[in-house]
Amino acid sequence: MKNLSVKRRLVAVAMTSALVLAACGGDDEETAEDAPTAETAAAEPTATADAATAEAGGDADGAVGVSLILKNTSNPFFVSMANSAEAEAEALGVTLTVAAGREDGDTDSQIAAIEAAIANGDRGILITPSGDAVIPALKAAREAGLLVIALDTPPSDASAVDITFATDNYLAGQLIGQWTAAKLGGEKATIAMLNLFNDQVVSVDTQRNQGFLNGMGILDEYDPSGNGKEPPTGSYSGGEYEVVCNEPTNGAVDGGKSAMETCLSQNPDINVVYTINEPAAQGAFDALTAAGKADGAIIASVDGGCDPGLRLVADGVIGATAQQYPGQMATLGMAAIKQLADGGAAPEVTAGLDFFNTGVALVTGEPMEGVESISVEEGQAICWG
Amino acid sequence: MTDSIAAPPGDAASLHRSSGGPLERIQHTLHRYPTLSPALVLVLSCLVFAWASDGKFQQPFNLGIMLQQTAVLAVLAVGQTLIILTAGVDLSVGTAMLLTHMVVAKMAADHGVPGVLALALGMVVGLLLGAFHGGIVTKIGLPPFIVTLGTFYIYNSLGLRYGEAQTISKEAIGEDSLLLWTSKRVTWGEFNITAGVLVAIVLYIAFGFVLAKTAWGRHVYATGDDREAARLAGIDVTRVLISVYMVAGFIYAVGAWVQIGRAESASMNAATDINLQTITAVVIGGTSLFGGRGRLTGTLIGALIVTTFTQGLKLSGVDAYWQNFAIGSLILVAVALDQWIRKVAK
Repeated sequence: MKNLSVKRRLVAVAMTSALVLAACGGDDEETAEDAPTAETAAAEPTATADAATAEAGGDADGAVGVSLILKNTSNPFFVSMANSAEAEAEALGVTLTVAAGREDGDTDSQIAAIEAAIANGDRGILITPSGDAVIPALKAAREAGLLVIALDTPPSDASAVDITFATDNYLAGQLIGQWTAAKLGGEKATIAMLNLFNDQVVSVDTQRNQGFLNGMGILDEYDPSGNGKEPPTGSYSGGEYEVVCNEPTNGAVDGGKSAMETCLSQNPDINVVYTINEPAAQGAFDALTAAGKADGAIIASVDGGCDPGLRLVADGVIGATAQQYPGQMATLGMAAIKQLADGGAAPEVTAGLDFFNTGVALVTGEPMEGVESISVEEGQAICWG
Repeated sequence: MTDSIAAPPGDAASLHRSSGGPLERIQHTLHRYPTLSPALVLVLSCLVFAWASDGKFQQPFNLGIMLQQTAVLAVLAVGQTLIILTAGVDLSVGTAMLLTHMVVAKMAADHGVPGVLALALGMVVGLLLGAFHGGIVTKIGLPPFIVTLGTFYIYNSLGLRYGEAQTISKEAIGEDSLLLWTSKRVTWGEFNITAGVLVAIVLYIAFGFVLAKTAWGRHVYATGDDREAARLAGIDVTRVLISVYMVAGFIYAVGAWVQIGRAESASMNAATDINLQTITAVVIGGTSLFGGRGRLTGTLIGALIVTTFTQGLKLSGVDAYWQNFAIGSLILVAVALDQWIRKVAK
């Protein structure tokens, strides 16, 4: 393992030098034209370096090669996934390549990593797709005989992957929606919806958003075409409601803060805040506190990371969050590829769903009648990040 | 201008007559007051949004929020203005700030370094990054565009590695730390701003003075306007350029401080659009990308326009896709206007 990492670093240095030389070689015009390629390659040092290593050390001695392709390496959720995958790879004797986009939505880097996995003779790909642009590349990988497993985020075209290992994000949304409706106890709900994006449709974003609204008794059917499908006013299971805003947060603290500020500018009486994840919830809480509106506002979220996630639940900032298990996704996904490569059976979906459910649980300090939940301590014992 | 006064009234040349026409006068006025057109855009857009948002836009609460949302952008745009005045550009201004703010926050969170020292260390980091840019630009002669395109990726990667992809919370930084002073609030009823906004204002006053009243400021303009002429006039152009990049580096650290207060946390995921937004603010603010012409007042107005458009379009319920469309159109108009105004000088 140590040897491997030294080798990886050497290859990374070699590749970087080659890039620098390539960039210096051309005149200005050429450099400008080359920029997109150089960009992709520069964003993918891990992928390139690891691909080279696997070729030398992986397939030659018959080890199963697996590529784990994440949305980014800046979100603890994916970092947790990578850590679990690395531990499992060592346990199973699998040669693991970890690659990632620069940020959520960076599909170019992911496509390059998929192509590297095919070229490299990997037996399977574990991917959290950043967008639908990766679908053709994934189909090509399946045609080349790789087992393709989506983690966390199912692609909009189910045939792009063999199976998805994921949290039931719609159920996660439903759980916090039901909890919120119970907590309101008939009071009028003035709702801020703090989503992931507003300029692209990502299934996780839409499923949590609409799952929450379904749990509240506002939306009946799932509409995969995006957020903001609810009537602006009407009645939820306990009383009247008004949805003030659907704002993007990028799943980050400062994004959550700006989004909440915009919502408060539209209506200062917001008392229910749905957030896509806990960093966004933290930002929303900061904005509410600054405006003197934090008291009595219910914040519900999804993720269940150790920190800030469950800490915020313990502090009472977040009322309830739906906890998911990213480490399980990577571990189970890798085991499935190894099993298939060793001549075993292919993985199958959970009964009643079109994916393999890796589990979700509602974590709250205030359990509500009729909504199943676990305590903050129980959640902390199994949290990620 | 003098020749239109000197020209006899009966001059037959139609060319000459048109040069005294209303359009020409506008061109001259805009040339003499480069911040006039951005100021008009700001006032007009505020009026339009006040009407289109059903009165939500001009609520004191929203106006305060918009100033808070502008603070980090406005601070970093000072550095960007200085660099663009020398006919350069800094594509890494946002990531350099994020790297600096990770260093500062982690020093406080992991090693218990007091706020003052952490901030001083941030200044050192910022100055080093700036010196690095200036060194490559002047000594190796790479275009600033390429240098900062490279450092953009490098800083992002270093920041993620160093910060271990985590968000550093305000509890970890220490809520009484000087680092979070920029999140302190000044309130007048519904209207409230943070100390970070005040930091930005102080920065504008200080650098406005420096640019307009000191020899260094005049050297920056001269270097950007015509490097060869500046050199012949006895200005040490290399030194001026390096100093400009180092000052921009100092501003990374100021931006880092304001950013920590703004997000009340530190994360490489923050401020995603800020690199290009600073260039947008500078360009909309009437500073010429060709160097030598522009004012900090214009940049401040440009930064306010960026926030006004994003927040105004949101409050008016305009689809997200059109928000960037509007900003993009504004950039094109601003640069086209700049080209047209510059013709006066020729």
